[in-house]
Amino acid sequence: MSIDSILFYLFAVIILGSAIMTITRRNVVHSAIWLIGALVGVAGLYLLQGAEFLAGVQIIVYVGGITVLFLFVIMLVPVREEALTHRFSNQKWIAVFCSVVVFVILLAFVVHGVGSLDFPAGDEPIELGSLTKNSEEVGYVLFSEYLLPFELASILLLVAIIGAVVMSKTRNSETEG
Amino acid sequence: MEVATSHYLILSTLLLFIGTVGVLTRRNIIVILMSIELILNAVNINLIAFSSALQQIHGQVFSIFVITDAAAEAAVGLGILIALFRNKETIRVDEIDLLRW
Repeated sequence: MSIDSILFYLFAVIILGSAIMTITRRNVVHSAIWLIGALVGVAGLYLLQGAEFLAGVQIIVYVGGITVLFLFVIMLVPVREEALTHRFSNQKWIAVFCSVVVFVILLAFVVHGVGSLDFPAGDEPIELGSLTKNSEEVGYVLFSEYLLPFELASILLLVAIIGAVVMSKTRNSETEG
Repeated sequence: MEVATSHYLILSTLLLFIGTVGVLTRRNIIVILMSIELILNAVNINLIAFSSALQQIHGQVFSIFVITDAAAEAAVGLGILIALFRNKETIRVDEIDLLRW
């Protein structure tokens, strides 16, 4: 059992446990807190695989941005009593059954194709020297090969900002007129 | 010994399963949006696992685009939620049936 395997299973337990807690908690604030656990676990997996830049992005964007956004909205929306008692919808067993079917199919694909996952080893294993260049490499590829998608992503973010502002702003014309 | 790629795939399948159950069974829209984030993270785990197994950087770049999408989706989704709450006074999916007829 190498240190990599131990860390992998540790992060896997953190991710899956936090994810289960996220979807089962009564209190939405608790769900948001558990979601942070799952996202930090995923960031740990990124670190384990030498994707340091993405681990940083994961922490900053997800934990620092999206979760705080969730918490903001939770504060804005009042919680009603019956929402705490009836948190699952009526079709929950059908939904769980369908999810299990999809899960079994995907798992069958993975188990069936496990032989084709033995990729030939890379030219050189990731050593400490190449780890420091991760953000450099990502930035280079992002600004050369993926320049157009990168710019399109910025337009997408602009549209999302405008959309969010337009939808959440109050209509003053109704009260004024 | 490195962790086999198939273990990452099984982990991400499990996370996708949990996210799907969350989307389909919860009544609170906020928790549904959180479950969507879990599903997108499962996708990212896959991309990073293959990126590391193939020693290619492209999977990480794709992950960045997925994270961008997730941020945009969360912002727009929560904006819709606030507009919806202003009109319907509820954030439970089974009470929002404006389009059902």
